[in-house]
Parts: sequence; structure tokens; C-alpha cells
Amino acid sequence: MPQYAVLVYQAAPGDPMQISPEYEAALERYPAQVEELGGRGVAGYALQPSTTATSVRGDLVTDGPFIEAKEVVAGFFVIEAPDLDVALKIAKLNPVHLDGGGVEVRPLFTPPAE
Amino acid sequence: MAQYGIFVYQPAPADPMNLPAEYEKALETYPAQVAETGAEPVTGFAFQPSTTATSVRGDEISDGTFHPAKEVLAGFFVIEAPDLDVAVKVAKLNPATRHGGGVEIRPLFTPPEE
Amino acid sequence: MSVGDNAATAVERAVTDAHRREWAFVLAATARVAGDLDLAEECVQDAYLAALDAWARDGIPRKPGAWLTTTAKRKALDVLRREQVFRAKMPLLVEPDEVAMDEPDDDAIPDDRLRLIFTCCHPALARQAQVALTLRLVCGVGTGDIAKAFLVSEPTMAARVTRAKKKISAARIPYRVPDAGELPERLDAVLTVIHLLYTTGHTAASGADLVRADVVGHALNLTRMLMALMPDEPEVRGLLALLLLTDARRATRTDARGRLLRLEDQDRSAWDRAAIEEGRDLVADAFRTGRVGRYALQAAIAALHATADSYAATDWRRILRLYDDLLKVWPSPVVALNRAVAVSMVHGPQAALDEIEALRQDGRLNGYHYLPAVHADLLRRLDRPEEAAVAYRAALSLADNEAEREFLAARLAEVLDPAS
Repeated sequence: MPQYAVLVYQAAPGDPMQISPEYEAALERYPAQVEELGGRGVAGYALQPSTTATSVRGDLVTDGPFIEAKEVVAGFFVIEAPDLDVALKIAKLNPVHLDGGGVEVRPLFTPPAE
Repeated sequence: MAQYGIFVYQPAPADPMNLPAEYEKALETYPAQVAETGAEPVTGFAFQPSTTATSVRGDEISDGTFHPAKEVLAGFFVIEAPDLDVAVKVAKLNPATRHGGGVEIRPLFTPPEE
Repeated sequence: MSVGDNAATAVERAVTDAHRREWAFVLAATARVAGDLDLAEECVQDAYLAALDAWARDGIPRKPGAWLTTTAKRKALDVLRREQVFRAKMPLLVEPDEVAMDEPDDDAIPDDRLRLIFTCCHPALARQAQVALTLRLVCGVGTGDIAKAFLVSEPTMAARVTRAKKKISAARIPYRVPDAGELPERLDAVLTVIHLLYTTGHTAASGADLVRADVVGHALNLTRMLMALMPDEPEVRGLLALLLLTDARRATRTDARGRLLRLEDQDRSAWDRAAIEEGRDLVADAFRTGRVGRYALQAAIAALHATADSYAATDWRRILRLYDDLLKVWPSPVVALNRAVAVSMVHGPQAALDEIEALRQDGRLNGYHYLPAVHADLLRRLDRPEEAAVAYRAALSLADNEAEREFLAARLAEVLDPAS
């Protein structure tokens, strides 16, 4: 099955300790919903707030996220899903929308067999 | 040891099948260089080009990345490193920093014990 | 001319005809076997080329579409056998059990055109990509012609099409008709794409040519095809009705010198009665289902205009009621603007002015020339020429269609110097 990365965007600074109780409660139900939709969680990571980010461009090291924006990546997970329609259903159900955020779905790249 | 998420940014569309030869060569030596810093790779994911991204905000599905930008996420990996200085070293060695892109380092979040 | 020449012409005509009528059917069926849109397209093009020779030699087949499909599928299977490793990397997502490798009876070739349309209009593709893919893959239009219709360079359009095809395979957009739950939303996207095609052909965004007959024809054919494939969808009927009723007035949209004519100045006797009749019947069909959406409602409004004896004698009260319903299912500021025009005809220009003011405050139509144009017209009717002139100038600065600019400039001159 193909794999998709799902990037979870939240209003900066995307502090995991400051999410709404509704979001937190919905997060507990989310893994079961992913399975029901025909997906499978492969890996998942929550990040510290964007205020803890450090970026590097060339030799320049700066405090803060690489791209300045109202919303920052707050977490990242990888799923297996049969096709983009299923991946998008899973993406739409992600509870981050309860806190005004959204997600980006990226198909993962597997280097072609030589 | 702490865990850090490293986001790799490249100029859009960040096509993994269309990397400069130098970049590809640098990627081959990168794991050994990372090991020398004292950091350990945990896991990593490469993305298909940003032109294959789909974003979801509320019920709205749209073609493309969540934030339209000159540089886009090309991949993500997790390392274990003793401190941020080592993580920055790992980041600086990443070839994206010398090919018009860069990286963002974010400490991973582990929910506090109840 | 010899008999041989005549035969050759007949074959060419048959192939051209099959291209127009069967392209979507042949490509859709081949894509399911090829598992890749690019490969399918190549094989279908080859099959059309092969038809020129084969039909001249063996005669034109009884079912050209079936002949072309079988030939294109065979070519695709050949390529797949030779390049198994490569093709494994870029699969078009087809449920494997549905891939019938050999169809015993030509009549049994399943119709995959709906899969093709829904894939081209998938919401994960940008609207302009959906439009380009639909023209290219469903209508078989060449990239150069699509580029011309959308006023972009051919390399730009080619890149757009390539990028969209790549996304379909890399992100694995499935080649299937959406299930009942998703269907209304997905069908709306398809109808939007076709409607956009029509309006692109009907009113060129800029330039002197108001009608690009080819694109209009493709939009009409697509809608007829969709209606044959989804006969129970009232909104498909609604869209066909809307296109027919709009198109019925096409010849009268401009005067002999190519200047845009408003609805009230058009020669109603020159409207296409047959198209109006067909459109009106389709609206009635759609309303009988009791499930009308924005296309059927717009078509109903267009039907009232098309069947009125004059602009003044139009049933504006019914039109206003239809706009009320339309605004409920489609709360768009453009609908609200058109509704304001109906308000002015029922309750007078002063009443409509309040609606215009609300839209100006709303701000979403700030770049749209029709808002100040309507505003100007209301002020003109209220005999407030100075204010009308300001609004006409604002409309002129936003309009980029030459015919519309000419119309607005003439109106501006009229309010500045009423004697002229």
C-alpha cells in the first residue's frame, strides 16, 4: 500500500500543551477512525512549539521556523492508505481543524528499484 | 539523549528524481557524517515533489502545499542527539543547506506522564 | 477524382468522426488496461493512426469505437509486457479484478468514460488543471489548442497537463466513479469544469473574439455525454439546459460591428427557438425530480428570459423568487449581484441600490467590473448622471473585454452628454 505523510498545521506557535480540550479528546479517537477508513498509522511525531525551532540556510543559523507563516507544522504522521481518496478522508477527519488548523498530504517517495 | 525532528526544505517543487548530481553524491556520504557528530538517525521519510501535495482546510480540499512558498518540504527525519548543538551540526551538514534550501530543527514533544 | 480518392476521403472522414464521437470512450477503456494515462493516450493516438490504413484496406468497421478500443488496448498490453518494470513505478490506480484482458464480445466493452471524467475533475487537482485535463483527455483536444483557448503559451499548458498527470499517478488518485456519499460534491466539480469551459468559449476573457465555437461545442458535447451516462441527475439536465438557453442567444450578443448588446437590446426574433425549447423541457424535467440545485435554478431563470416577449415583459417576480432560491443553495456574491438587478425590475432601482451598497461593503467583488456597471446603470435610471459617470469609469477600469469596454464607454458618454 502506498504511504502518505500528513503534515499537521496549527496557528503559531503550535504548542502541544495548549490545544483545546475538544481537540485533545478527538485525538484519542483518531487512530481508531483512521483504521475504520481503511488506513494504517505507520509513524507519528508531535513537535515542541515553533518557538523552539532553529533553522539553517547555508551557514546561517536562525531562531524560529524555516518559513515564517501564521500556521506552523505542529506534528507529522505517516499512514498507509490504498489511494489518495482514503488518505484525504483521513486528513479531513484530523481533529486539528477543531483548533482552526489544517493538513497537507504528501505521497512518500520510494527510490525506484535500479 | 533528546529527539529532534529535522525538516528538509528545497526550492519548489523539490523533485527527488531531479536532484543535482552534487546533491545526490553528498546524500551518500551524509549518514556517515551524521554518525561522526554523535547523533543517531531514528527514521526518515522523503516526499514526492510538492506538485503532488494536497491540502485540507476545514472541508476545503486544494491542490498544492499548505503554504505556497518558494521552498517546500522535501522530507523529514528524526535523530537522537545529546543536545541542540549536535543537532545543528547535523543540520548544517545536510546538502539542502547548500542547494538553495535549508533545514528546520524541532525538538520532538513527548506528552508528560500523567 | 478517382474512386480510390473517394474511398480514402471516406476513411478519413470516418476516422475524424470516430475521433469526435468515440475518443473519450476509447481512451477511458484503454486507461483501465494501460494503468497509466500517458501510455493510454499514446496507444489511442496510435490506434487512430492505424485505423487510417486498416480501414482503407479492410473497410470501415461496423463499430469504429470498439475496433479502436480493441486496437489501443492490444498496443497497451504489448507495451506493458515489454516494460513491466518501468510501468510498475507509475501505476494508475485501477482495482485489479476489474482489468479484463480480453473481451470476448466487442459489445461488452464497459463504458469507463465516467471514471475518466471524475479522475480529470478530482478535487485534489487545481481547477485549471481539471479544465485542461478534461479537454485533453475527455475531448481529445491537442495541447496547442487548449493553450490558445486559455490564452497561455503551449509550453505552459503542456507543463500544466504533465504536472496534473504526474500527480494522478504519484499521489494515486483512483480511477473510479465516486460512491453515492461523495457523488453530489464530486459531480458539482465536474459540472463546474464544464460550465467554466463553456464560459471560456462564450466570453473570451480578453481580446476581440467573443465566441470560440470549438470550446463551446466541447462543453455542450460533454454535458450531453454526461446526461447519457447519468440520466437520473437533475443537475446534469440543469447544466445542459443552462448552456442551451445561453447559447440560444449567442448570435445576438453583439451587433453587426461586434459590439456587445445587453439583453434588453438583443433581437429576440433571432434567438435559436429549437435550443430554447430543448432547454425549457430539460428545466421542467429537472424541476419534476424535486431536487433542483444551482444549475437547474440558473437554467430556470435563463428560460424565463428566453421565452419573454421583451425585457420589460419578462416575469421578473418569478425570476426574483428563483434568485432567492438560488442564493440559498449557492450563497455567492455574483448571484446576489444578479439578484439585485431582478430587485430593481420588481421594486425599482432605489431598492436595488441598497443591495449594491451591501455588496460594495462585502468587498469580495471589488475586482469585478459588473458590480460598478450595475451600480452605474441603477444610478442612470435614478437620473443621477454624475454618480453614474463615476461608476461607469470604475467599471471601465476593470473590464478587459473589448466589446464590454466599448459598451461601457458609450454609456459613459451618454450620461455625460444626454443629448447625444
